[in-house]
Amino acid sequence: MPLTTQPLTIAGRSFRSRLMLGTGKFSSGEAMRDALEASGCEFVTVALRRADLSGKKDPFANILEFISSERYLLLPNTSGAMNAEEAVRLARLAVAAGLPNWVKLEIHPDPRYLLPDPIETLKAAEILVKEGFIVLPYINADPVLAKRLQDVGTATVMPLGSPIGSHQGITTRKQIEIIIEQATVPVVVDAGIGAPSHAAEAMEMGADAVLVNTAIAIASDPVKMAAAFKAAVGAGRTAYELGIANVSDLASPTSPLAAFFSSRS
Amino acid sequence: MDRFAALLVPKSDAALTEMAAESRRVTRRNFGRTMRMFAPLYLSNECVNNCKYCGFSRDNPILRVTLTVEQVVAEARHLVAQGFRNILLVAGEHPRFVGEGYLEECIRALREFVPALSIEVGPMDRPEYERMVGAGCEGLVVYQETYDREVYAQMHTAGPKRDFDWRLDCPERGCEAGFRRIGIGALFGLSEWRCEALRLASHLDHLYKHHWKAFYTVSFPRLRPAAGGFKPEFEFTDRHLLQTICAFRLTFPEVGIVLSTRESAALRDALATVGVTMMSAGSHTEPGGYTGQGGDDLHLTVKGRRVEREAPASCDRAEGQFGIADERSPAEIADVLRVLGIDPVWKDWDAAILSEVAV
Repeated sequence: MPLTTQPLTIAGRSFRSRLMLGTGKFSSGEAMRDALEASGCEFVTVALRRADLSGKKDPFANILEFISSERYLLLPNTSGAMNAEEAVRLARLAVAAGLPNWVKLEIHPDPRYLLPDPIETLKAAEILVKEGFIVLPYINADPVLAKRLQDVGTATVMPLGSPIGSHQGITTRKQIEIIIEQATVPVVVDAGIGAPSHAAEAMEMGADAVLVNTAIAIASDPVKMAAAFKAAVGAGRTAYELGIANVSDLASPTSPLAAFFSSRS
Repeated sequence: MDRFAALLVPKSDAALTEMAAESRRVTRRNFGRTMRMFAPLYLSNECVNNCKYCGFSRDNPILRVTLTVEQVVAEARHLVAQGFRNILLVAGEHPRFVGEGYLEECIRALREFVPALSIEVGPMDRPEYERMVGAGCEGLVVYQETYDREVYAQMHTAGPKRDFDWRLDCPERGCEAGFRRIGIGALFGLSEWRCEALRLASHLDHLYKHHWKAFYTVSFPRLRPAAGGFKPEFEFTDRHLLQTICAFRLTFPEVGIVLSTRESAALRDALATVGVTMMSAGSHTEPGGYTGQGGDDLHLTVKGRRVEREAPASCDRAEGQFGIADERSPAEIADVLRVLGIDPVWKDWDAAILSEVAV
């Protein structure tokens, strides 16, 4: 039985899949395309710095040609920008190049851990929202920053589970729980998700979606790994929608009343 | 640094194989199945320095030339047609032939059609580096050659390059000037390799702490045959190179590691999956090497003055800095990388990030 979960709505647009994919680190455009297909995702993010934005169809920067704009919502990201000004410039450039006005706002001035700059991210979000962009900001798992961004009008918040590509899983769990509890927009856990169990954990916590890249791109078989993440996201979300039983310190028999009924018969 | 030093001690074959496997995993996690491609473009082989190991040394009686901006554009267009979107502009150190104004002009002319530009030229002061960044230059490469002061003094016998500290501080002046990518390295073979690697790692560690916004690359070039016929005194074998790459990768998982066409095709293919993240391909180390630009302007330079040749021959070429070992074309190398399961990435930077320039 396929797991059917409630649709995800971001900025008025509905998505069946709660798995979003990044497009870096794949061994080829073809490998990426096949993994996207197997993941069932509808939401794909691409680093603008890797794409040809001139409209000249550069064969040496053809990453966009492997992503069907009919099947996927293409979410340009501003990776490479080190401050608000550069991120805003990149977002405008993407729209000028004919890409959607959705933008995954990523500003990481530290190329070592790629941790997002909260101050510049907030600044850029303010400008981009005013200009009519649908802004999905990548942030550290900081509940106050998440609220500040929602106040500004971002379409989601995307707190990190752990640093990009680190595969450490959700080391920021307690903070993300607060973000989810307080959220008025979808919460997407982005970065650090190295195994399907991490993705399932995020979904069970009540995250609205997860974004995965490295774990799929560098897998020995990205297609199968994409399918594994798809299953994990479905499983985690289904369990969340059903309601997961509380943790108890005491053992509890699986059918506590059955013995009682039989002794009376 | 203790960990780094421990990784450099002699290893058994089994231990080195395990290091390489771990290095491969770490590289894959941080950089994915990709290789950033670049090409050097030599602007000039004029030089005011005498460096015992370098073909461009001022006292070497070689054919010299400095390309005009138009000739540089022609060379760059050739590289762009081959796929390169990331070009490193290289020149000897000679203010009379290669001034900041000239470099700035070259950068401005190229940034119209080359997404990423770096320079590897004589050291400059911060305001001059700022001019380069302002013109659209993203990266700065300065190799210290050797971090051993005594050996440095022996190798650099004449010219401003004799100032060890002025060179050593280049990466920091570059960071302050706003370069996004900084390349450092040492020329292996000039001194004992473990000490050299340790000092290079210390330099990198220092830069990470004090200038946290730059993306760093390291390189371990080995001496190649060059005019002057210098023979390196210290060995740095393939095995040593492999161990050095692994030690850097395991200590600095995020550092870019560059491997040039100085190395043989077979070795480059083997190291491509172990830790290297950036490769040149089809390189020429002489100005005009790609398209023959500047061939009608070859001359000798004696005491800083141009001297015309007595009997020019049409087949003459400017002297290269060193001979290359991997002579495969960029397309051939890209094909080999794909077979190895690595995506050659030609473009991963856009000049438009820094300014509203249509690229």
